[in-house]
Amino acid sequence: MPADPRAVVITGAGIISPMGRDWTENVAGFRAGKSAFSPVTLFDVSRQRVGTAGQADLPETAPDFGVSAKAWQRMDRGTRLALLAAREALENAGLSGGEMPMIIGTSAAAMPIGEAYYQKALLATTSRRHQLRRVETYQAQRQMTAMARELGITGFSRIISNACASGANAIGHAFHLVRSGKAERVLAGGYDALSQLVFAGFDTLQALSPSGIPRPFDAHRDGLALGEGAGFVVVESAASANARRAPIIAEVLGYGAATDTHHLTQPNPMGDTALATMQAACEMAGLLPEQIDYINSHGTGTPLNDIAEGNAIQRWAGDSVSKIQVSSTKSAIGHLLGGAGAVESVIALMTLEGQWLPASLNVREADPVCTFDLIREPRSAPVRRCLTNSFGFGGSNATLIFGKEGIL
Amino acid sequence: MNLPIAITGTGAVSPAGWGVASLMSALNAGHPLTPSLLERPRGESVVRTPVLRVPSDPAAMPKFARLRRTSPVSKFAAAAVIEALGPDRLTKISNNRLRVGVVFTLTNGCVNYSNRFFGEVLKDPSVASPILFPETVFNAPSSHLSAMIGSSSPNDTLITDSAGFFSGMDLAAEWIARGEVDGCLVVSSEEIDWLSAEGLNHYSRKYVAAEGAAAIYLELADSFPRILRLPDPISFAKGSRSAAAAECRKILHAENHSRTLLVDGRTGSERFDAPESDAWADWIGPRFSPRKILGEAMGSSAALQVVAAVESLKSGVADHAVITAVGGNQQAGGVLLG
Repeated sequence: MPADPRAVVITGAGIISPMGRDWTENVAGFRAGKSAFSPVTLFDVSRQRVGTAGQADLPETAPDFGVSAKAWQRMDRGTRLALLAAREALENAGLSGGEMPMIIGTSAAAMPIGEAYYQKALLATTSRRHQLRRVETYQAQRQMTAMARELGITGFSRIISNACASGANAIGHAFHLVRSGKAERVLAGGYDALSQLVFAGFDTLQALSPSGIPRPFDAHRDGLALGEGAGFVVVESAASANARRAPIIAEVLGYGAATDTHHLTQPNPMGDTALATMQAACEMAGLLPEQIDYINSHGTGTPLNDIAEGNAIQRWAGDSVSKIQVSSTKSAIGHLLGGAGAVESVIALMTLEGQWLPASLNVREADPVCTFDLIREPRSAPVRRCLTNSFGFGGSNATLIFGKEGIL
Repeated sequence: MNLPIAITGTGAVSPAGWGVASLMSALNAGHPLTPSLLERPRGESVVRTPVLRVPSDPAAMPKFARLRRTSPVSKFAAAAVIEALGPDRLTKISNNRLRVGVVFTLTNGCVNYSNRFFGEVLKDPSVASPILFPETVFNAPSSHLSAMIGSSSPNDTLITDSAGFFSGMDLAAEWIARGEVDGCLVVSSEEIDWLSAEGLNHYSRKYVAAEGAAAIYLELADSFPRILRLPDPISFAKGSRSAAAAECRKILHAENHSRTLLVDGRTGSERFDAPESDAWADWIGPRFSPRKILGEAMGSSAALQVVAAVESLKSGVADHAVITAVGGNQQAGGVLLG
């Protein structure tokens, strides 16, 4: 690590979510306080307790930026989401590929292809038709390498799978690579598509809201909704961005990561590790809690998560807690799992650019843990610095802090 | 590598048995292990797939509550980690006197429980086991490791091809260099299931699917062996596997003589091995290929190679060791130790 770490900025961002296919559509949706849940049509949910989720509107045919029909056809749904968001990020950054590393977070990866392989293998037939292709294209690293080829990116790749923190970790890794001088710029992000196995998994855990309407931070919240999508950013040294006169969306000010060893699927109730990552990110950024204008919370809407995160925010902010504006955008698009941390980072960037804040929808009665300013309607507000939390199964916790350029 | 980062602990679980000693005994014998047949009824017939399994040894299994419900992938990893850390470090971690990170690399992960859980979902999702699903998540094994050793330091799981262990080492070196951890475990583990074993056979019937785990402990230390060179892996997005293998050889700068040991990633499948065979065709130093003996354990194969190289260096067979792997669909990578 150089004695004087380099300033790191975001020069491009891309997003596809149930709210829309790009940055503009997502801004419009979140600013309007829209909700984006619909009946699941990708697989059979007739025997599940829950039948809705946030489905992205993914084009059927290959996009018109040079992806061949064959390459598109071999990509799983998640990779297609990732490709669209990554392409938007590169385009916004004024880049067309190059020798940059690619750090990507995912949790379910190409699970639907694995499911198809499994079902074919169970058939009482000796035919192996298409099974090699399914085995090959099921693998996340194969899919991401194919995506890199389509984007013209030739640097090394890392695929992080830290459950629901994966996307935030990917951006955090990229931040460190650039900050330390190991890379000039990195394409980083996260993605996940809906899959039957994962949907059923959350349903068996009774983690899904039976109504299909997640109510993060509501006193009577009863679970999360799943969603799908991808968020990507170009993380670049400020020096490089300035040298090529690239547009700068924000600065990356801090990142914290730690492991909650309390339980495989439940957070420490007092939010000890969440507190640790928020403190670490603030320390790196040289910021006090009262200097954070907005928190895009992990806010799943499950009883245990929201209490733990609320406690962590209270402990972190101390006397300033009532001034901290907090919302969960999972209330509008669902939990995007491995993509969540990256998509929510892009939403945080939108707030910095547009000076508005998205809402926690569907809250009828705020949980007593909400001593912070829970945003229940989208609002215009000065936003100079924002923090985003991501906490995953297995105890992977991550916090990122972004600021308007030149804020420090 | 600017900083003196050394490998000061190793652990292994392989088809040769539990522990590094079993691994080295099999590798030194130099004979491919004998596979067993994994049988799966399908309709009126039975699918038989040769596999190399880790021999059962309940006494070798670490005792930790969270491991009771896990599948072999976590148990193998836990045993390798306990061996790599040793009792002194474990005590220091539990006393908060040592910050130890975990980097876990894998290709398949917990395929046993994924198989079982999805089978239950297709049958009747309303009675599918909620115990199985969390274990199917890729980072479940690494989470158990941090919990077992009592470490809240960073813990990352990387999905990779069979050359990904070097990426894990690179990440660990970053954490150490930044001072985020005092030391870092780099672990890889895989388990056998008919899903993955038959999957591997779709590539080539010459492959023998294997399972096992390996762990190394990295820390700042002026001891032997040290990481001398750990270049960024070469992505296949840049060119062919052959080109990547050749570039990897070039950037490792390993001196080609009798005191440098080459531990390569060749499997015995000529078509798969060709890029690596060609890239290192002129090698005159000592050389061995653990996968030809232990089978193809996907993500953990390169980890077992690294452990084998470290132990060989410590036994004095060479002054330096270069370890390489050309993965199937992501990258070529390697490391130079000495």
